Amino acid sequence: MLQRSWRRLALDAAALASLAFILVPLVFVSWLAFFKQEIPSFPPEGYTLHWFSSMLTQKAIIDGFVMSAEVGVVATLVGLALGVPAALGLVRYMSWWGGAASTLLLMPLVVPAIVLGTAIYVAEVEAEILVYGFGIETPVIGTIGGLIAAHALIVLPWVVRLVTASLVGFDRSIEEAAQNLGATPMVTLRRITLPVIRPGVVAAALFAFVISFSNLELSLFLVGAGRTTLPIAILQYLEWKIDPTIAAASVVQIAIIAAAMLITDRFVKLTQVV
Amino acid sequence: MAKVEIESLSKRYGENFVVKDLSIDIPQGEFLVLLGPSGCGKTTTLRMIAGFVEPSAGRILLAGRDVTTLPPWKRNTGLVFQSYALFPHLSVEENVAFGLEMRKVSPAERRAAVSEALRLVRLEGFGARLPRQLSGGQQQRVALARALAFRPDVLLLDEPLSNLDAKLREEVRVEIRELQQKLGLTTVMVTHDQDEALSMADRLVVMAQGEARQIGTQHDLYERPADRFVAGFVGRSNFLDGGAAPDGLFLSTGGLRIACASRARGKGTLALRPEAVSVGPEAACLDNSFEGVVEYISYLGSVLDVRVRLSPQDRIIVQIANRSGEVLPKMGDTLKIGWPATAGRVFPEEGVSR
Repeated sequence: MLQRSWRRLALDAAALASLAFILVPLVFVSWLAFFKQEIPSFPPEGYTLHWFSSMLTQKAIIDGFVMSAEVGVVATLVGLALGVPAALGLVRYMSWWGGAASTLLLMPLVVPAIVLGTAIYVAEVEAEILVYGFGIETPVIGTIGGLIAAHALIVLPWVVRLVTASLVGFDRSIEEAAQNLGATPMVTLRRITLPVIRPGVVAAALFAFVISFSNLELSLFLVGAGRTTLPIAILQYLEWKIDPTIAAASVVQIAIIAAAMLITDRFVKLTQVV
Repeated sequence: MAKVEIESLSKRYGENFVVKDLSIDIPQGEFLVLLGPSGCGKTTTLRMIAGFVEPSAGRILLAGRDVTTLPPWKRNTGLVFQSYALFPHLSVEENVAFGLEMRKVSPAERRAAVSEALRLVRLEGFGARLPRQLSGGQQQRVALARALAFRPDVLLLDEPLSNLDAKLREEVRVEIRELQQKLGLTTVMVTHDQDEALSMADRLVVMAQGEARQIGTQHDLYERPADRFVAGFVGRSNFLDGGAAPDGLFLSTGGLRIACASRARGKGTLALRPEAVSVGPEAACLDNSFEGVVEYISYLGSVLDVRVRLSPQDRIIVQIANRSGEVLPKMGDTLKIGWPATAGRVFPEEGVSR
């Protein structure tokens, strides 16, 4: 009995330590955003909301917010459009090369983002030269299309993984039942398969958006002149100044992602799919 | 509802026949059961009728229409799955309405058909629930209602009772059978459970290794089994190995001389139903009369199964009714048993076994 309570205590302590490890940076960043003094130092000399209003006057940060949101939404949609069919294919129709294909789809996770960014940049240069060779003068480097494509690439592994997980244990006889009742394969997909795996798809969308929204390394190589995403805007700001404006921007970012998670959780229980 | 015609249907994977040259005509309103051990091809046959397995040869006609090459969604069959396969995200009503919706039935007619189907399976008032809020038996009835609501040409049941507990299973058997008779549904059911098959069917197909071993009524199968397999699979039989001699005698390997009505020749097996064997003094005046030692007794309540050794190689199980006041045999007792010549049935050896 005593031994069991000791084990229980050890487990609770470990869980608490892990939670603290995750939460402490978030707590400090949020705290810092309200400090009165310009150079962050302890103890705080007082509290103010000044840095939030200061953030709103920073055009680079506001534009970065909008840009990151746009890229995040479109990259998520592209990632879903590619990843959901890929996951269905992997689980359903693959034979011996399914394992290889599955590994390939996870590759963007394995390659360091900075290497991936360089590689995509080089590929964009080559692509621009190639289309120019056909007599078409289209910019590729630094376009928003190129940035979205790159973000779609890094969200793809997450989409494939999460949707695959929700397809494992899927009872295929319900698809047969739908076809027996007169549904074509397309109708079966739309009316039966997708609604049943919806929690996995919603979770995949959320993860994809968060991954894209907070990505720095890849975007560094691919943004065009005068266009920045939020993480780049923050980096550029930090090169000149260290004041709590950045902490304020981070608080807003944390709040947005937290809100997205809470709203998602109302529709699907995230704990069940992740 | 309509008739179903199956013409020399085969399914082959490489050289291996899963179903081989199966032909059956199922008249309108008949309840046909495909009965056999697992791997005998019964489920494959059902899935070929539904369109999920493409036949290697042969034809399937539903209501006179050749559907052999049609996909499942163009066939108009109502299939009840072993796992029920209800749509988990749709209510009971939406599940039952699905087939009608796919057929573009107007909402008003759809509602009427759905409530009629739910009434038939006694689930009125359950329409708004989700499948997971129902018990196994209720889910099974939703699956049945869903398969009936759009009036398919044929109702297909794939081991529909195997996920229910024993008591419920017997109730649902009767319910399905009554519904089938009331609506005159042409029905094909697959099962490996012979009690279920015998209690529900109009006609049965006993299948083994992809082939129909015998097609007939319960009476046909029990009284005139076509081969040793059917004799063993439908009801119980004692089997004695040996050879048939001329003049209606069968010589068992254990040396018994057994009178039988069969005219088969050569090596074979004598099959004998346990209930055809008499025990005690009245056994002495039958065509075959032997003495044996009681080796084993199973006490089953209303009857006792008693295994009697007639010779070192020949053992027979007999059934003794458990009547009050009678002295029951004990292990090691010597028992007189006998049976008429007509009770034994000889099957020639054909390399076929259970």
